[in-house]
Amino acid sequence: MIRRLLSSENVPLLCTVGVCLALYLAFGTMLDGFFAPQVFVGFFSENAFLGIAAIGMTFVILTGGIDLSVGAIVGCSSIMVATLVAGGMHPLAAGAIAFAFGTALGLAMGAIIHFFEQPPFLVTLAGMFLARGIAFVVADESMSISHPFYDLLYQLDLRIGDVSVPSMTLLYLGLVLLAWGVARCTPFGRTVYAIGGSEQSAVLMGLPVGRTKIGVYALSGACSALAGMAYGVYTFSGNPTAGAMLELDAIAAVVIGGTLLRGGSGSVLGTTAGIAILGIIQTAIMFQGTLSSWWTRIAAGALLLGFIGLQRLAHARTARH
Amino acid sequence: MGNESPLPRRLASSALFWAAMALSGILLFNFCFTDGFFRIEVRDGRLYGSLVDILDRAAPTMLVSLGMTLVIATGGVDLSVGAIMAISGTVAAALVARPDYSPLTKLGLPPTLAVAAGGAMLAAVLAGALNGALVAGARIQPIVATLFLMVAGRGVAQLLAQGQIVVFRHEGLAFLGNGSLLGLPVSVAIVAAACCVATALLRGTALGLFVEAVGDNETAARHAGVSIFGVVFFAYMLSGACSGLAGLLVAADIRAADANNAGMYAELDAILAVVVGGTALSGGRFRIGGTILGVLLLQTLTTTILTRGVPVEYTLVMKALVIVAVCLAQSSAFRRRIARLVGGKP
Repeated sequence: MIRRLLSSENVPLLCTVGVCLALYLAFGTMLDGFFAPQVFVGFFSENAFLGIAAIGMTFVILTGGIDLSVGAIVGCSSIMVATLVAGGMHPLAAGAIAFAFGTALGLAMGAIIHFFEQPPFLVTLAGMFLARGIAFVVADESMSISHPFYDLLYQLDLRIGDVSVPSMTLLYLGLVLLAWGVARCTPFGRTVYAIGGSEQSAVLMGLPVGRTKIGVYALSGACSALAGMAYGVYTFSGNPTAGAMLELDAIAAVVIGGTLLRGGSGSVLGTTAGIAILGIIQTAIMFQGTLSSWWTRIAAGALLLGFIGLQRLAHARTARH
Repeated sequence: MGNESPLPRRLASSALFWAAMALSGILLFNFCFTDGFFRIEVRDGRLYGSLVDILDRAAPTMLVSLGMTLVIATGGVDLSVGAIMAISGTVAAALVARPDYSPLTKLGLPPTLAVAAGGAMLAAVLAGALNGALVAGARIQPIVATLFLMVAGRGVAQLLAQGQIVVFRHEGLAFLGNGSLLGLPVSVAIVAAACCVATALLRGTALGLFVEAVGDNETAARHAGVSIFGVVFFAYMLSGACSGLAGLLVAADIRAADANNAGMYAELDAILAVVVGGTALSGGRFRIGGTILGVLLLQTLTTTILTRGVPVEYTLVMKALVIVAVCLAQSSAFRRRIARLVGGKP
């Protein structure tokens, strides 16, 4: 059992969880009140929309691809929903339209990547320009949302004792479980891992490689659109600049979470631990009070470098065996 | 298609051809529909006009793209150029605006243009060397290795600027942004010099060949005795230096360093220009002329959109369409499909 737990596949995940715990304990003993349960919930609720976007990114990276359009789709979806709601549409209908847009854009990018054999990096870069451009065309500045449905969503929470878990955090955690199930227990999930391991072998095994690759980008687009809606619930507004550089944070969370950038190994649970690490650092810097928030980025960068080095070592070890 | 294929067909399959056609198309459109687009005036011994403006605006992207061309030719990519621009601009601005705060003043160096520019370039080259060490030394995937500096670099720039926009008044530094040399903006002269130096360095010596050899087939290059570490490290360091110079120009232009926004999306514009200019993302053969053409195409497109009074928001949408179109035009899979549709020979 312990041997299985320590198999090379699990080492990056265990490292992430270890770093997560170490940071939590270290900051907890240093800062007053850091161990309060509500603070713990905050690690996830502060970053729920980043987390939702990172779920889609995890699948894309598992196939060995990358999606740079994530942040732009978040911005685009948030401003679309805000504009439609301001025009009198029900938030659910507006959300459905934004969701369809994100999915369709992801689908189109996936199709170009697969059928025309284009690098994902470049195609999703075009998608990023397109989505950001459309966001600015829809409305060129931030727009507030006022609708009873949003008040309801904002106040809706799960109470455990005197700890409250906001609705968007519940949505995020629910999506994590769902995504974990999809990755582990469905043919789609297994094909994703197979493509990341070796696309050529996956083709030779007769797996539906094309459909899965396109599906992964559509999934990422859909997650980003959902993340845009979650952003709306948090801020009661839509903003065409929302989610700028979010794709970087999402990639960072995925890598810190132990998913290999060349694909084939990693998990959504790891990404969630990565999100928690980012949340812990942010919260600790907020608690500490004197450090500027820019240290968050520097700390995230340093962690990223550390985990990349770790991946490098793990790869060198497996290559030698 | 061998050497036998007719000229039009060879032209159509050349990547540069489509970029050149697109550029001429936009220029022709402006010639017909935009009044005074080609008018150039001399005022106070300096040239003014839309064309000069395009060159001036394109200068930072041109410098960044020059370094990016080399990095992409080695088979890598440098995502940190925007962050390096922010760092170098902030260092230069901080050196002249807060002389009592800078460590160089304590060493007895006055806040002159040379000190500010030197400090900024030193920081940029160091950042580039860090990228080079990670990619060439530690053998980390280029996207990942440079992602690190992209994430952390802006944080470092913000710390240097102490979270503020550093505004400065400095004759020398402002001259870089607004002065003129032989009638042309200084930035254009710098870019021209940089392009000449790069061409001489890469095409006049075997260095360019080494870079192409590494990008094309690393194993073969190693067996041929090329120092992979040396070549790749050099490429990233040069990219850092180019970005540093670009950051200096941007800061000098607005007489302030904005660590948050300087060089935003610069990496994307540069990669786009390089690819449009016919250098493949997979590495190998590179074309400096093509990159220059790519940058000019993008800037002319942007300027045209602005002068036509089309809302700025459409610039991003247009850029996206250009990338997709150029990608598809260069994709052999796309050409095969079209050929099959049209009914020609596959």
